[in-house]
Amino acid sequence: MSPTAAPLDPAEVSAIIQQNVHREGPLLPILHDIQTAFGCVPDAARAPIADALNITEAELHGVISFYHDFRSKPAGARVLKICRAEACQAMGANAMSEKVLTALGLGWHETTPDGAITVEPIYCLGLCACAPAAMIDGRVKGRVTAEALLAEVAP
Amino acid sequence: MKVWVPRDAAAKALGADEVAAAFEAAGAEVVRNGSRGMIWLEPLVEVEQDGARVGYGAATVADVAGILEGTAESLGPVEQIPFFAKQNRLTFQRCGAIDPLSLAQYEAHGGLVGLRRALAMKGEEIIDVMKSSGLRGRGGAGFPTGIKWDTVRLAVADQKYIICNADEGDSGTFADRMIMEGDPFCLIEGMVIAGLGVGATKGYIYLRSEYPDAIEVMQSAIEIARQNNVLGDVLHSSHEFDIEVRVGAGAYVCGEETSLLNSLEGKRGVVRAKPPLPALEGFLGRPTVVNNVISLATVPVIFEKGAEHYASFGLGRSKGTMPIQIAGNVKHGGLFETAFGMPLGDLVNDIAGGSASGRPVKAVQVGGPLGAYFAPEKFDTPFAYEPFDGAGGLIGHAGVVVFDDTADMLGMARFAMEFCAIESCGKCTPCRIGAVRGVETLDRIREGDATAIPLLVDLCDTMKDGSLCALGGFTPYPVMSALEQFPEEFAVAREAAE
Repeated sequence: MSPTAAPLDPAEVSAIIQQNVHREGPLLPILHDIQTAFGCVPDAARAPIADALNITEAELHGVISFYHDFRSKPAGARVLKICRAEACQAMGANAMSEKVLTALGLGWHETTPDGAITVEPIYCLGLCACAPAAMIDGRVKGRVTAEALLAEVAP
Repeated sequence: MKVWVPRDAAAKALGADEVAAAFEAAGAEVVRNGSRGMIWLEPLVEVEQDGARVGYGAATVADVAGILEGTAESLGPVEQIPFFAKQNRLTFQRCGAIDPLSLAQYEAHGGLVGLRRALAMKGEEIIDVMKSSGLRGRGGAGFPTGIKWDTVRLAVADQKYIICNADEGDSGTFADRMIMEGDPFCLIEGMVIAGLGVGATKGYIYLRSEYPDAIEVMQSAIEIARQNNVLGDVLHSSHEFDIEVRVGAGAYVCGEETSLLNSLEGKRGVVRAKPPLPALEGFLGRPTVVNNVISLATVPVIFEKGAEHYASFGLGRSKGTMPIQIAGNVKHGGLFETAFGMPLGDLVNDIAGGSASGRPVKAVQVGGPLGAYFAPEKFDTPFAYEPFDGAGGLIGHAGVVVFDDTADMLGMARFAMEFCAIESCGKCTPCRIGAVRGVETLDRIREGDATAIPLLVDLCDTMKDGSLCALGGFTPYPVMSALEQFPEEFAVAREAAE
């Protein structure tokens, strides 16, 4: 998933729709592909999607806002996802994420003012036996510490 | 020299890619296998010596030269490490042993034997094998798989579907991820057999976006399976079956089968009321098998070794083996596949060696975020469906998350409510509002309001009886089990305030 915003290209939106529209249940694949291309699901992409699938923009908004993955604005250049689930909590994830958020001056779901880092909670990466776990720009990390995460995202 | 370095996400999370690159740079032939499931030893590097695969772990880049020269200290033959040797691996027989994307190795280790047998059977006979195996849905509800399949088989429709629920999002569970990354053809074979059994020609794997490595491996495996006629015209039998991976979008509730169906159709992942059953009106209103990854990945071994062989393992009506995932604050965390019936305490103390911190174990949560906490007093409970139900819990996806004595049980109960509030689909009131009120009520208890305890109990009853699906209906399990077994933690604040 590209963390940087790309200018909206109507031809590309249309191509993404066309590649998927024949599938059974095409909306989620379309939204994923749009977000991969543009870093988010831009408002300007909504009308053509709603038109192609013959749904209202209200219905489309309902779907986009239901899922945690879809963004209406691009995330920071680096995306740090920290697992908050029970197995990670058993290994000190609460204190660890507190430290990271404090050091970056962020709350969950927030991006640094310079757009460098976004921190998000995630509920289970399946790395429960090497907890606490995190993901940086899509790459998984096990047995992480606050220091190691900060060293990687904010050197 | 040939070395095995796992490509499993847990191994990668602990540095396997760097170790593999170092072996390649040193001129070794590197096979990226799945994980053997001994996560505390990852990355677990294996080298063939005198016909056995000898292990080195947890390996670092600094160990590479020593391993190649034969001077590094080994763990001995990997399959003789006690944690591994004590298992009965049926579903996971190949995971870690083979290159996950080598169809030749898959076949050399028993792969496609089951599918070839199933191709010689009628749909009804396939269902009979499933029924006699005693396999129950490994996703949590424990419904007999053969009966679910039979309902779909007997439904009349021009199109039926096999949907694999790979949206396992339960904390402490990673068996689905491991089998998809370590033996993806096994899941494909299971889905094809299911398709033959019920007369479905199309399958979907609804895979959670939190598992990028599993998505990549599954997609590659499907492509290889198509090129080799495992998919398409199945082994040139003129039976058609194809599979597509669909990626979820970060909604826990989509692991509930009716929410999953809505999500797959491109809608909000809200729960559907049942009836109609998905078996009769599922994806796009057509008859649909929805099974979890481990259920489907267990099908090939049932057809390979026979239903009787599979059913000979287990305890009572809990037949066969279960891949138990041991995690959290634990010394030897990993995947342990064993016949149903092992006491919970043996898993925690003997197999896993107790807590990683060395402190006393205080509680284990079994079955994911909606599972009950078990204090050591309940450690004699045999790991099986009915005994766990009788002890006020559930085995769910069979995740066992260990906590030491520093765990804050009121805090864990509050987290269960908070998680339910974040992930509720919002369709039913007990879950949508109950979870928010649950967080508030637990905060009142924390602040010393004793009248909030009966309120919490009442709220949990309402959520349990009144919610549409397991998210709201089972959140009371962790909350009530924490309250019942650790009442002092829910009273401390009050006493301090008095």
